[in-house]
Amino acid sequence: MSVVVVGAGQAGFQTALSLRSEGYDGSITLIGEEPHLPYQRPPLSKGFLAGKQSIESAALRPESFYTAQRVEVIANNAVVAIDRASNRVVLASGSRVEYDKLVLATGARVRKLPREGVFYLRTRDDASELKQRLNAAESVAVIGGGFIGLEVASAARALGKSVTVFELQERLMARCVSPLISEFYRRVHSGNGVKIELGAPAVAPDADVVVAGIGVLPNSELALDAGLPVANGIIVDEYLRTGDENIFAIGDCASHPNAFAGTRTRLESVQNAVDQAKCVAANIAGRAEPYHAVPWFWTDQFDIKLQMAGFSGGADREAVRGDPESRKFSVFYFRAGRLIAADSINRPGDHIVARKLLAAAIAPTPDQAADESFDLKSLVD
Amino acid sequence: MPLFGKKETASVTYISHSGIVSRADVPVGDSVMEGAIKNDIDGIVAECGGNCQCGTCHVYVEEQFLGLLKPMQDDENEMLNTTACPRQPNSRLGCQLEVTKALDGLVVHTPATQQ
Repeated sequence: MSVVVVGAGQAGFQTALSLRSEGYDGSITLIGEEPHLPYQRPPLSKGFLAGKQSIESAALRPESFYTAQRVEVIANNAVVAIDRASNRVVLASGSRVEYDKLVLATGARVRKLPREGVFYLRTRDDASELKQRLNAAESVAVIGGGFIGLEVASAARALGKSVTVFELQERLMARCVSPLISEFYRRVHSGNGVKIELGAPAVAPDADVVVAGIGVLPNSELALDAGLPVANGIIVDEYLRTGDENIFAIGDCASHPNAFAGTRTRLESVQNAVDQAKCVAANIAGRAEPYHAVPWFWTDQFDIKLQMAGFSGGADREAVRGDPESRKFSVFYFRAGRLIAADSINRPGDHIVARKLLAAAIAPTPDQAADESFDLKSLVD
Repeated sequence: MPLFGKKETASVTYISHSGIVSRADVPVGDSVMEGAIKNDIDGIVAECGGNCQCGTCHVYVEEQFLGLLKPMQDDENEMLNTTACPRQPNSRLGCQLEVTKALDGLVVHTPATQQ
């Protein structure tokens, strides 16, 4: 038996790790385009950019791990085609690798602006280059007020740069958080000296460095060329199988049915990469199980940690736990009496409990959620 | 060849719930969690990669070292109330414990499960 994983990011790496912990004993080949061993992306826009951690510390495991676990890593080499008739992938170098099961963990790439001289942040090399440029700059313009843009803005301020963020929407992180949280973050950034321009396109911003964080596009061309169904990502079923029973897709590139979203969706998060990798490893190891993990996300900006569980879109009721002025509070979101999400600001305990509540489909009442003397944990213990 | 001398390390011993003893020379500045991950030591999962997000690097620190550790921040304190195995007075999150020269010889016990 041989498993080939295309993409050596968080999802690809976790697939190899989980296959071994599932007791799978066959060969594992992990193929990545980048010249580095698998690494974590979250620190790139957080600790690394702010100068708090080295780029090397982002590595997920040392080289010895792959040898010990018998995982063959082919770095610096792209897969250019899948030959489904002969169960082989074709590499840019021309060589071919045979598979019994193929896992597509091809990730996503940044959406770009039709403009020269703009920096983006996705890979380790992007981060190293941006860091160098930031060090030499005095002013920074950030296009896009989403997670990446705001994390870059936060890091640039920590380095003492003058920073302006341009966001087309009327509020920050509009795709992912509620208006209440958006407004909280607008104040946090303004309070830290970041200029925030909402509802305004960034027409040729005048700054030493221009960075754009305006979303990503799924890398689904390989699947499309192989005749697999693709629509905003590679289409998979609840077992993360593509249209070919020997080919799976996971992570940022996979459009999957998601019970928490109530629809098919594509998620760009560490949680989704890790949990889908575990699910696919279990499926390959013969322990078929559908994907049903609670989605969660986090972002670090200045001294504020925001942790999100579930999806708050479509909420008809909110309950605030704790005092927003204290910068330690959570917002619980309900729809038709069901808990659908919680955003926690500097309250990781609430976040973990919210994940447990969502997993068990247990809802506190909004009054209980807002009452700090009520122990939410007692509902799941 | 590295231009600088060998990086300073401290010895950290990890004892699993089933009694397996693993010792690692962990570079000063790395975390107790990283020391386990980089040396393929089981018992620490570190699902979030050391970002104090998941509570899966829970360790029990041997008493005599407790006074040498940096006090915990609020978020670690809250996360410790959510770990898979029960919190004890000597519970810490491995990702928040920076290895220092003073901690040379540190012994931590890993719980029966992290998830």
